[in-house]
Amino acid sequence: MFLLIESVRSALNSIRAHRMRSFLTSLGIIIGVASVITVISLIQGLSKSVTKQFEGLGGNSLTITAHNTMKDVMRGKFNELRYEDIQQLRSRVEDISDVSPIFLLSSPTVRYGSTETSARIMATTPTYQEVQQRFATMGRFLSESDEASARRVAVIGPKLIETLHLPENPVGQYISFSNEWFKIIGVMEKRGELFGMSQDDYVIVPFRTGRSIIGNNQKLRNMQFTVSLKDISKLEEVKPRIRAVMRASHKLEPDAPDDFDMESSDQLAKSLDNITSTVTLVMGGIVSIALLVGGIGIMNIMLVSVTERTREIGICKAIGARSRDIMMQFLIEAVTLSVLGGLIGLVLGYGLGFGISKMIPDFPDAVVPWWAVVLSFVFSAGVGIVFGVMPASKAAKLDPIDALRYE
Amino acid sequence: MITLSGIEKKYQMGDQTVHALRGIDLHIDKNEFVAFIGASGSGKSTMMNIVGCLDRPSAGTYKLNGRDVATMDSDELALVRNAEIGFIFQSFHLLPRATALDNVAQPLIYRGIGHKERSRMAAEALEHVGLGARMHHRPNELSGGQRQRVAIARALVGKPAILLADEPTGNLDSSTSLEILSLIKELHRNGQTVVMVTHEPEIAEQCHRIVRLHDGRVLSDVRNTPGE
Repeated sequence: MFLLIESVRSALNSIRAHRMRSFLTSLGIIIGVASVITVISLIQGLSKSVTKQFEGLGGNSLTITAHNTMKDVMRGKFNELRYEDIQQLRSRVEDISDVSPIFLLSSPTVRYGSTETSARIMATTPTYQEVQQRFATMGRFLSESDEASARRVAVIGPKLIETLHLPENPVGQYISFSNEWFKIIGVMEKRGELFGMSQDDYVIVPFRTGRSIIGNNQKLRNMQFTVSLKDISKLEEVKPRIRAVMRASHKLEPDAPDDFDMESSDQLAKSLDNITSTVTLVMGGIVSIALLVGGIGIMNIMLVSVTERTREIGICKAIGARSRDIMMQFLIEAVTLSVLGGLIGLVLGYGLGFGISKMIPDFPDAVVPWWAVVLSFVFSAGVGIVFGVMPASKAAKLDPIDALRYE
Repeated sequence: MITLSGIEKKYQMGDQTVHALRGIDLHIDKNEFVAFIGASGSGKSTMMNIVGCLDRPSAGTYKLNGRDVATMDSDELALVRNAEIGFIFQSFHLLPRATALDNVAQPLIYRGIGHKERSRMAAEALEHVGLGARMHHRPNELSGGQRQRVAIARALVGKPAILLADEPTGNLDSSTSLEILSLIKELHRNGQTVVMVTHEPEIAEQCHRIVRLHDGRVLSDVRNTPGE
């Protein structure tokens, strides 16, 4: 312990004596650690905010979409979900609390007065609110009677108030698209942005209204169902049941593949998690190369330093330093260099991550997880030890007489 | 205190074997003041390294305070160099980046003495050699004589049994040489055992015993009464 403290003291003295050289020596480590911290903090910040967005996506829901292989599409054959499927699901799977069908209309230009903008136009049933866990903040959402009589009414995303120059409370105003007029009956709650794209520029109309706009005999190729369950913990048990009902409803032969896909939002979040951890891993690989190069830099300079200080080593041995005193001195010097480099890199990386996340508009704040801090310290110390051993043992092995005579 | 019997030292230099010492028998007692003299190549520096435990003899036995040096491992030798021997070198051999105080305190680190106590002891040793005022200067800010005083303070700080001086005045002008020499003489008067290597007869004249080496053998070993 005494030896350790004295070695650290002497290492700090020696680093102070060669400030510039020490800085350049640990530059490899500084850059390595700074880049890992920057990237990790950005990725972590991003994944945190994305996860949050997904949580708002209705945690206890399941999305069913038509499954279309590339081959089928090329042949002009499209699988689709049918409105009748909903009835089947509702009546035959008792764990389902609700099913909300949704499809996109293809005419995206929305007008108000002389202003026009593009927006996603979705047609859905009143159950959408409950299933998606998204609610109207102004006015009201679609009602059963809107649905039943296919009224020309619309609930809009809050972003449209801005882009269409609507009055602050737009309820009661009329907007038009697809050559039809729609009365605004409500405004949805704000969801913010994801990857810099607004999540709030949409119009929701009753399902049957949407159908009649497209034409009642047209197929609904992009329709999807959002199924909410009474108890999300039963998800895995309910899935096969839903699958069976869907297959029966689509009259599939037993050996035919499913013509639909099921995905829970939980799965989406998981796959996103997978992506971020893969990116983190790849970055880790790149950074470990940077650290390796940094370590070789340290070893190089330490070897030079041992040669340069041969005489000093001889003096220390002559006045009673044991080999292990010398070994420790140089090893600790290497470790101190790399750990200091790691520390500077950490601060730099945090600053960079934070700066970048602030500079890119709407980018979520950088988050530095504690494990990244610990890891970069352990790594830089490890690099110091691994690459310090060779120079240190070279120093320790020097013969005192030869070392004293060294010019 | 120091007993050398049949000491031989050979070493390789290129493809030649140099026979630096060819059988030295010598005994040095406590509180002696001995000078090794001889031409260059006579083996006096090799002698010094062996007596100072920096080197081991090829043959013969060296007993320091009754202990056979050949039986000690390198850590024990380091301890001996630290505690029982104080070195003074011709070219001072100070650590260039450390202050006078830190230079003097350096050997105490290897003995495990704490920072505060070390500084106190080092300051005391520097006072003793008359450098109390220049403790915080680095070697390159000191004159040759002052540097050698720092080196002497470093040699003495651990209260060694033997002070080994290898041409301590070799790099100094004559008046500074005299100052350093009188400091060494004073240490001897206070009871310090001193062994000095020199090639200057007038320096050797100041010692109480003169051992003349030639070709790795003791040529003469005479008592001397220095004329003040």
